[in-house]
Amino acid sequence: MAERKFAWPKREENTLIGKDIERIDGVAKSTGQAKYSADINTEGTLFARLLTSPKAAAKVKTIDFEAAKKLPGVKSIFAFKKVGDEIRWEGELLVAVAAERVEQADDAIKEIKIEYEDLPFYVDEADLKRAVHANRSKGLGKKAKGDVEAAIASAHTVHTGFYGVSTISHMCLEPHGSHCEWKGDNLEAHLSTQNVWGSPGQFADALGVDAANVTAISDYEGGGFGSKFAVGEWGIACAKMAKEAGRPVRLMLDRATELKVAGTRPSGYIDVTVAADAQGKIVAWDSIHWGSAGIGGGGVDVNQLPYPFDFPNQSAAQIGIACNTGPNQAWRAPPHPQLCAMTQTALDDLAAKMKIDSYSFFQKNLDFVQHGKAPVYAAEMELAAKAIDWKAKWHPRGEGGGKGPFKRGLGMALHTWGGGAGKSSCIVKVYPDGSVESFVGSQDIGTGTRTIICITMAETFGLPLSAVKVNLGSSKYPQSSGSGGSITVGGVSGAHRRASQTALWKIFDKVAEKYKLESADGLVARGGDILNGKEKVCTWKQACSLLGVAALEVQGGDSVITKGPAGENINDGLTSARVGGVQMVDLSVDTETGKISMHKFVCVQDCGLILDELTARSQVLGALIMGISYSLSEERIMDNKTGRYINADLTNYKLPRIGDVGELVAIMYQPDSEYERGVVGLGEPPVISPGAAISNAVANAIGVRVPVLPLTPKRVLDALKGGKA
Amino acid sequence: MRDANTSSKADQPRSGPGFNRRDFLKGSGAAVAAGAVATAVEESLAQETKTPKNVVPAKPVAVKLDINGKSQTVTVEPRVTLLDVLRNDLSLTGAKEVCTTTNCGACTVIIDGKPAYACAKLAVECQGKKITTVEGLGDGKDVDAVVKCFVKHDATQCGFCTPGFVVATRAFLNANPKAGLEEIRKGLGGNICRCGTYDGVAQAALECAGQKGGK
Repeated sequence: MAERKFAWPKREENTLIGKDIERIDGVAKSTGQAKYSADINTEGTLFARLLTSPKAAAKVKTIDFEAAKKLPGVKSIFAFKKVGDEIRWEGELLVAVAAERVEQADDAIKEIKIEYEDLPFYVDEADLKRAVHANRSKGLGKKAKGDVEAAIASAHTVHTGFYGVSTISHMCLEPHGSHCEWKGDNLEAHLSTQNVWGSPGQFADALGVDAANVTAISDYEGGGFGSKFAVGEWGIACAKMAKEAGRPVRLMLDRATELKVAGTRPSGYIDVTVAADAQGKIVAWDSIHWGSAGIGGGGVDVNQLPYPFDFPNQSAAQIGIACNTGPNQAWRAPPHPQLCAMTQTALDDLAAKMKIDSYSFFQKNLDFVQHGKAPVYAAEMELAAKAIDWKAKWHPRGEGGGKGPFKRGLGMALHTWGGGAGKSSCIVKVYPDGSVESFVGSQDIGTGTRTIICITMAETFGLPLSAVKVNLGSSKYPQSSGSGGSITVGGVSGAHRRASQTALWKIFDKVAEKYKLESADGLVARGGDILNGKEKVCTWKQACSLLGVAALEVQGGDSVITKGPAGENINDGLTSARVGGVQMVDLSVDTETGKISMHKFVCVQDCGLILDELTARSQVLGALIMGISYSLSEERIMDNKTGRYINADLTNYKLPRIGDVGELVAIMYQPDSEYERGVVGLGEPPVISPGAAISNAVANAIGVRVPVLPLTPKRVLDALKGGKA
Repeated sequence: MRDANTSSKADQPRSGPGFNRRDFLKGSGAAVAAGAVATAVEESLAQETKTPKNVVPAKPVAVKLDINGKSQTVTVEPRVTLLDVLRNDLSLTGAKEVCTTTNCGACTVIIDGKPAYACAKLAVECQGKKITTVEGLGDGKDVDAVVKCFVKHDATQCGFCTPGFVVATRAFLNANPKAGLEEIRKGLGGNICRCGTYDGVAQAALECAGQKGGK
């Protein structure tokens, strides 16, 4: 018998893999049948509301909820803070009330009396001098290589600039929260999470129960973007109130609280000097940057600057600023969008100073990109340039002409991301009647996890998608990583392919025996039949009937790792890591109003073997829109005088709408060499480049740099007036 | 970024006990509208007793609603929004609670043929009107053409905004059956998606425009 190896099918033989496959839960999501945690409403469910801190820093002097307790409908009150506890940011949770009805919980919240002792606070993350003066800054390390000073001194052109990326919130449309119900000693928690399998332990630790007694469920999840790995103090409170009341409780954060406490992306502001030789090759990078990830200081990791380059001489230093603001959480590709904007805007300004076309400048400096992606970038740049018509449309900075107020410009940027396979196991069951299902403790956060698992199994067994059932979203299913870092698709598709191939081989052996074939080597499953070469042996159902009375159950897992010649880890080839991508933008700026209009936004993205091209493109298009959002309009606005997050609502926290995004083009870079790499995650990478690409296009259009993202009309007008935005 | 052309949703005539337009404009949708109702009750109480008190909730009343062609009666206080009744009393959870300030469209329903934000409607003011929620556009088998086009063009990712977008698209296409891309981009500006499905939504609406099969 020939050796049996885990491998993807030959590309040309696929009937599902790599095609445009509609999401298998698309109808459920589009008709409201899909139940999110926020929708769970089992009999007797109580509804919870929160009292949060109006103060950025204070000590709790008194808490009185006696009056609230007596109000009609109130069943449980949970205090997050006790007298003497410190409040560290506005919006911090103080008290939760669970009541028969939402409005009763609201009434009770209004009756809670809290007295505070004010403490000093600080929320200005952009002004380094002020932070130093307020004793809120802390050096967070430095990296250095080569002789930066000498390289700058002998360089042909030197550019010095200031750039910044404002803090943004995740703004998950389904807020963080859960529906908790005790069934005897067992807790069933429907949780809005990207980490189903990792949740029971978090509940168990905090509640003092066995993890085995906790089931975390997330059938559908309304956006996480990196912020939904922890059960959160609100989750624990929900479980405790449900226990106390002896009733199920639903506690979802209200919109303002969601923005204030459930996750932000850290800010980054940078003073940078970058220098090039006469040919436009960069010889030195020297930067100091600062920003805040909340009360702990923190910010954008210095070790990854400049991004994604490794110049011969470089130095970078980081300062963290401790602010009385809500904590940060991983935000899609942390902290690459900031790194990319902080690096590639400076590079583009250097190119402009040298009067070199941005495209040529990036091309010249591909030698310095990390991870050996230069040839891929070169190919992707060519494709992107063609799609946006770079050669015809590019003009030197500020020379776009036109007599009216509208100035048009082009910009580009490039990015990389790891995205290997996360740890995942699964159970695949093939029943004697031919039906197939799988179980995996993963989750579908909008990326199409269900669909790509279904494609993997259906392709392997030669069945239509409708013949395969996928069960995910429960912590009682086999282990699977949290969905973060673009590791889900690799993890679950690899595990399911391995399990399905193993199951198929067992079935093939039974078929060979039953039909007295010399060997099972020539057998393939295709179109609902088992073929020997091209000849039909039996139907899939007939083959499965050979299993007898019990279902065939196979556990799938991670790849076996072997050592390569240089001692490197080698997997079985089903999955890989590390992608590149290039983005180019064509936009207009109204120099009278400062408004930016997107015309066309192109992304060329590699991601190895694509399981579903339709949902892969959606990931890219969605990332471009999210990128337009943080580049043009969305930011957290803190009020220095009150310490408050003053736009924590969907009225004033500006997200783009359907008419604001222009034409979007997602080109999946997929020569056979990409298919051969196996599956690589895609969720993060395309959201990295937009800040730099859009900012560069604006600079190209109006002739000056608008240094800080988002490029709001005010910042554009300030830059045009020569002021500091 | 809100497009002026989307204001038709917010501009629908409002009436009802104690509704005060100035308060509505000052504040945030139904929360304020609810406050206005409660305030009216309080004012009448104050006139009777002459003792100023805090806002007193009105007593629950029977509210009869026509939802997806079915008559449903709930007993709720007059300050309760249509959204809370749909989601919490009737478990019709397709309409989502996202902003509660008439900004995002996740709770869009159709009332007497026009799109409306359910977070900005009190249940009591919807009596005698025909309400269609996303559940009324398909039960999984016989689905609206809009749903089919949304699935085909992958106009959903996490899916939390999707039901609101589907209802808004159906209402928009009912009023603009031959809409082109530019009209669609203006007409669907009342809904927000965070995952970034706008391209799919626009393509879905475009394909659906002119098709039959609407509800």
